[in-house]
Amino acid sequence: MKDIANNWKDLPVGGVIDEPGTAINYETGDWRTLRPVHNKEKCINCLACWVYCPDAAIMLKDGKVEGIDLKHCKGCGICAQECPPKVKAIKMVEEADFR
Amino acid sequence: MGKTRVARTGNEAMAEAIRQINPDVVAAYPITPATEVMQIFATYVADGLVDTELVPTESEHSAMSAAIGSQVAGARTMTATSSQGLALMYEMLYIAAGLRLPLIMAEVNRALSAPINIHCDHSDTMGGRDAGWIQIFSENSQEAYDNLIQAVRIAEHKDVLLPIMVTTDGFIISHAMEAMEIYDDKDVRGFIGTYKPLLPALDHRNPITVGAIDFVDYYFEHRRAVAQAMINAKDVILEVGREFGRKFGQEYGFYEAYKLDDAEVAMVCLGSTAGTGKDAIDNLRKRGIKAGLLKIRVFRPFPAEELAARLRCVPQICVLDRSDALAATGGPLFAELLAAMYEDRSEHKIINRIYGLGGRDIKVGEIEELLSAQVSAAAGGKSIDRIAYLGVRE
Amino acid sequence: MGEIIEIRWHGRGGQGAKTAALLLADAALGEGKHIQAFPEYGPERMGAPVQAFNRISEEPIRLHCQVTNPSIVVVLDTTLAGTVDVVAGLPEDGIILFNTAEEPAAIRKRLSIKGLKVFTVDASGIAKEKIGRDVPNTPMMGALIKVTGLLDFDRMLEDNKKKLTKKFRNKPEVIAGNIEAIETAYQEVKSE
Repeated sequence: MKDIANNWKDLPVGGVIDEPGTAINYETGDWRTLRPVHNKEKCINCLACWVYCPDAAIMLKDGKVEGIDLKHCKGCGICAQECPPKVKAIKMVEEADFR
Repeated sequence: MGKTRVARTGNEAMAEAIRQINPDVVAAYPITPATEVMQIFATYVADGLVDTELVPTESEHSAMSAAIGSQVAGARTMTATSSQGLALMYEMLYIAAGLRLPLIMAEVNRALSAPINIHCDHSDTMGGRDAGWIQIFSENSQEAYDNLIQAVRIAEHKDVLLPIMVTTDGFIISHAMEAMEIYDDKDVRGFIGTYKPLLPALDHRNPITVGAIDFVDYYFEHRRAVAQAMINAKDVILEVGREFGRKFGQEYGFYEAYKLDDAEVAMVCLGSTAGTGKDAIDNLRKRGIKAGLLKIRVFRPFPAEELAARLRCVPQICVLDRSDALAATGGPLFAELLAAMYEDRSEHKIINRIYGLGGRDIKVGEIEELLSAQVSAAAGGKSIDRIAYLGVRE
Repeated sequence: MGEIIEIRWHGRGGQGAKTAALLLADAALGEGKHIQAFPEYGPERMGAPVQAFNRISEEPIRLHCQVTNPSIVVVLDTTLAGTVDVVAGLPEDGIILFNTAEEPAAIRKRLSIKGLKVFTVDASGIAKEKIGRDVPNTPMMGALIKVTGLLDFDRMLEDNKKKLTKKFRNKPEVIAGNIEAIETAYQEVKSE
């Protein structure tokens, strides 16, 4: 990512963000109070969590859930909620327990 | 250079300019007295005389929103409106400027309700004077046409990239037929050139984000950049005005000075009143009063230093405002001019008259009386109201 | 600053007062004159009294105020004279032209007009006969030019023919009718 100008003269005209995907540089992981813990054994790879995650924080590899991008996951718990009740492969755990 | 002498109303002249500009997109909603501009232009679209995509919207707010979207996409976009219509666009005016979109608007000055009134005053555009739009006023149909053509070059200049509105006085100019000259299509198109958007949103190879949030961290810097664009517009307006003069014969600047060099009294105004004023100046001179006139063409950016320099030698100045700021320091034109001349204040007596609200006529005789009274008061050492109303029934 | 001739047209909404002012201005432009033509705008609708104005001059016209002291008034509908002050602002030697079958002297007496030069022409009658509809504005142009000498009649007629041909390509009878109406009114306009 380009450095943001520290003066008004060098800013992109009209406040345009002139490259895509810059949200990746904004790490929101430390907003989290609950951490989703993914259980690969239980997971059936239906990808419901991947579909619903508002932060694109479900990481896939070869079409299967690889884990959670903890640099961006805000701990909203939508993934755990959407995981089918018979599967329950994602559990929300107090972030404090990891520190 | 081909020119044709024709009879056109202000609205017809503006529609003609838009036809020659041949914008990619026009988005508009009708409102008196600007309706005709789009009504006439729509026939050009229907007759295939332009390549424009005409977007009739359900309100002026939507018209300005559609125009903004279209300009963001990379299309040269125009619109037309008046009065309440401009007022309904208000929040979008700031967005167009903040996004640095060179939108072009044909604006027909009309009073704001209430009471309902369809006639001319400048309250509508004065309401948007700090929105970041360049504002150019026109004295007659010819100027409306010339200004609209120049507006394209001014707005789209890389050092400016700001929206621009060219105004005419509602009915007085918009619906009055006058003799004027129109230029050949190819000359106008050659003058305006093709639009090369800086960052068109439809360029899928270079995706961008438009309208992102700025908090305390960068909003101020972005607004400072808008201010700089407005400052830069001054040089560009002069440069385009000179080039227009070389190509079409009539040069344009920030203002027009009429018999000002030896004037002991001068009126300052915007729009069509300047024409009536020139006749009053001639009459006053016949009576031995050295009167002059300064017509401000560019109200935004406000050419403060240039106006102060031009008026420095004139001891008595009367600023005529066709809008009222209601118990502020006079009308907006007066307040700005007074501020511009602050450092020379001891040399001048500057008075303000609010006139012509809601289309109230201003006559040659009234202007003569006003300026001659100011001169006699000065000669006799009598005091005269600094700020007052002209032509209202007391 | 040259002399500016100011004209006021009185009519009813829908009668063509504005169109008449535009036509006259266009014809004057064709003779190289400077012109203005504008209507008075308000809430008027079909049938309501309306006014339109012209300024014609050899020099460029800069004035943008209303016309309040015309030297010429044209009344497209004489029944207006009872409700509208059609002579307002006219100077002593001003010209007033009525669309009526009455004689100028009769009109003067009926409306108690003092001073002024009064002219009449049955423009509605001429229009009905020649054009087939009560559109008095074009014949009134012919009469106006006769009584004022504002423009060169033949050139105006030629100019009108060109414009009408453009507008009514598929209705040659309308063109011929209009031209005949203008000519007839030019010949038949009555003075005192």
